[in-house]
Amino acid sequence: MSSDILTSARLRLPGRLRSAYIPVLATAGLLAAMFVAGGVRYEGFASGQVVLNVFIDNAFLLVVAVGMTFVILTGGIDLSVGAVVALSTMVSASLMTDHGWPPLLVVPLVLLIGSVLGLAMGCIIHYFEIQPFIVTLAGMFLARGLCYVIGTESISITDPDYTAVAQARIALPGEMSVSVSVLIAVAVAGAAAYVLHYTRLGRNVYAIGGSEQSALLMGLPVARTKIAVYTISGFCSALGGVLFSLYTLSGYGLNALGMELDAIAAVVIGGTLLTGGSGYLAGTVLGVLVLGLIQTIISFEGTLSSWWTKIFIGLLLFAFILLQRLISARRA
Amino acid sequence: MAPPAPILQMSGICKEFPGVKALSGVDFRLLPGEVHALMGENGAGKSTLIKVLTGVYAIDGGRITLEGEDVAFTGPLQSQQAGISTVYQEVNLCANLSVAENIFIGREPRRLGRIQWKRMRRRATELLAGLDLDIDVSAPLSSYSLAVQQMVAIARAVDISARVLILDEPTSSLDSGEVEQLFRVMRRLKAEGIAILFVSHFLDQIYEISDRMTILRNGSLVGEYLTSELGQVELVGKMIGRELADLEKLEDRPPARTSEPLVEAEALGRGGAIEPFTLTVHKGEVVGLAGLLGSGRTEIARLLFGADHASTGALRIDGEPVTLRTPRLAMNRGIAFCSENRRAEGLVPDLTVRENIVLALQAMRGWSRPIPRRTQDELVDKYVAALNIRPADPDQLVRNLSGGNQQKVLLARWLILEPRLLILDEPTRGIDVGAKAEIQRLVAELSDGGMAVLFVSAELEEVLRLSHKVAVLRDRRLVAELPNDDGLTTGVIMETIASGGRS
Repeated sequence: MSSDILTSARLRLPGRLRSAYIPVLATAGLLAAMFVAGGVRYEGFASGQVVLNVFIDNAFLLVVAVGMTFVILTGGIDLSVGAVVALSTMVSASLMTDHGWPPLLVVPLVLLIGSVLGLAMGCIIHYFEIQPFIVTLAGMFLARGLCYVIGTESISITDPDYTAVAQARIALPGEMSVSVSVLIAVAVAGAAAYVLHYTRLGRNVYAIGGSEQSALLMGLPVARTKIAVYTISGFCSALGGVLFSLYTLSGYGLNALGMELDAIAAVVIGGTLLTGGSGYLAGTVLGVLVLGLIQTIISFEGTLSSWWTKIFIGLLLFAFILLQRLISARRA
Repeated sequence: MAPPAPILQMSGICKEFPGVKALSGVDFRLLPGEVHALMGENGAGKSTLIKVLTGVYAIDGGRITLEGEDVAFTGPLQSQQAGISTVYQEVNLCANLSVAENIFIGREPRRLGRIQWKRMRRRATELLAGLDLDIDVSAPLSSYSLAVQQMVAIARAVDISARVLILDEPTSSLDSGEVEQLFRVMRRLKAEGIAILFVSHFLDQIYEISDRMTILRNGSLVGEYLTSELGQVELVGKMIGRELADLEKLEDRPPARTSEPLVEAEALGRGGAIEPFTLTVHKGEVVGLAGLLGSGRTEIARLLFGADHASTGALRIDGEPVTLRTPRLAMNRGIAFCSENRRAEGLVPDLTVRENIVLALQAMRGWSRPIPRRTQDELVDKYVAALNIRPADPDQLVRNLSGGNQQKVLLARWLILEPRLLILDEPTRGIDVGAKAEIQRLVAELSDGGMAVLFVSAELEEVLRLSHKVAVLRDRRLVAELPNDDGLTTGVIMETIASGGRS
């Protein structure tokens, strides 16, 4: 018996490797193709700084998408992220500009608010067994509403330390530079990848996405893990909000409208299954870059309106969801 | 020699679900170094007892002691930490993770919080080698067969340094070689002093492996016996609470039917599913379909029910040519189909017994003409009683019923339509011996009443006992049609399958 199993396993091996990595490889291939096409078509496109600008313009989205990856890997969804980003910008701007609080106090407070919001939603989702969609939808309205309690107008941030950090550019070799936000975003992505692959929390996330029932019966801390992913997502949204306020130097209740959908799109284009249990953080990073590069290409094109971004993202999403379907059908 | 002190003792265990008394006053003990079989029909309370023991359910009464100390588990994690590991009927692992992870998740080898993947894979390989299994542990679990997944589950349970190992129907999806391998592993663990609680519907396996057995019936304890002191017939009698006379009654072969044909299939076939076949089912006749899994049994059933479309041939009902484009047309012609996969294709688990039973009748009438509540109640009460559905409560959710009773609900749904041809696809799979006998008796009665039955089953004895004639399938081809006379035995059928009907 064992020899039969051994041979069948060997026969299946190449297919297995391919099917696990296909979505990520497809995204990487797409990204490379877009970059090459852009380089051929537009002058000045094929430079390192263009890529870095994609990072600079999308650092906040990357951080938010990292949190979303955790949630989606467990098979859940978090619709509140965009609103939490807006709330974070609003709280930061209001406290610093209107009340004169120092950034060193404001930033930790904002991160705490986001985490607590996520924690609360996670607890409701788990202990009351309510669909994440509904709970985070409620969280979205709550956070968006709180923005207008603080103020209905846009508040600009004038704190000298904060603006200094926002405008700082870290020079890289080859006359390239990045913002502080990019460093933070890359560090977050790296830390998240480590957590997902090398810690028990990360593996429990995958296990719950595979089968929550099994995870429970295997004695895994399902409650703690599920609450943790929403807390992580809340934290990442708040951090995303801080980066967003660094990017725009203002706080506004209408900031980041629909960003939750961009984050979900990035995660899905990055190859993570919406049903959970399968996907890589590297895919999410690539997904964010693909979204960012579409915008860059459209701005290089010049004549195309910005809604073409949405059209391309829509088409890409269809393509990737179909790809996932094909892969999971072949697995079955 | 006095038996060693029990490692696990449960006494006076009570558990109640809304409307169902699942366990009442059950005692159970487990000695170290023995294989203890937990016996009972479907719905007797075996699964509930196991779930109570592992902390999935809280108990309503009674006490559990592990090594002399009172315990009350609030979840599988706790019971696992106390040394009780369970391998469930359906493999409860995460198919998306690798084999190695499935064995070690929750207790991965770590250094400074970082999981050591290499060490984990090496240890998993060693562990599985101990169970004579040599596979790539970094491959996802989903790439292996159910038998291998089962072994992985056992490897996980054993490695959690279990003192008590619960195997809930681990053999139901294994072939005989795999069962032997499992038993070798079980004997080794037993020799190491682990107490094993074993549940299986296969009596031969129970007698081969177990030392002692506890029998449950209807949520109550019947008794504890040494396997060597209790004969198989006595055991079955104790499980079903009556003698095997019901089964014996059917031993006489059914008399041949000489009525007019009801359904005639002529060279009916469907490309890729079933080669063209010719089969006639007479009124009041039971036709058995025998053949291996995947030989085309279900495909024939689906063609006759209009669930699939025939690509060749013709079908006549009452001598009149018909084309069954949809199941609905087949239902209008008096054909009913009880599917093989009762959970996925038949029952709605969150509806009550009554709602499930009247579903097909309601569909026939159309939604604009609801069935009056009184008619519903009459019909449902009649069939709940006729089929002996337990608990006899039409408002119980089907989800809460045992497998055998769910099967009966599905049968009742089709029987109230009073079909002329009833197609039963594996109606007795996975249900216990008592419910099986009841369903078999029912088939015989229905056929005596003039209903034609197409009976699909993997159990040749059963096919032989019930059928007037047996159609044998092999490799998606109907290879022989054998009248059920004195010359027909399971041996003959098996030979026909093996030889492809050439002789």
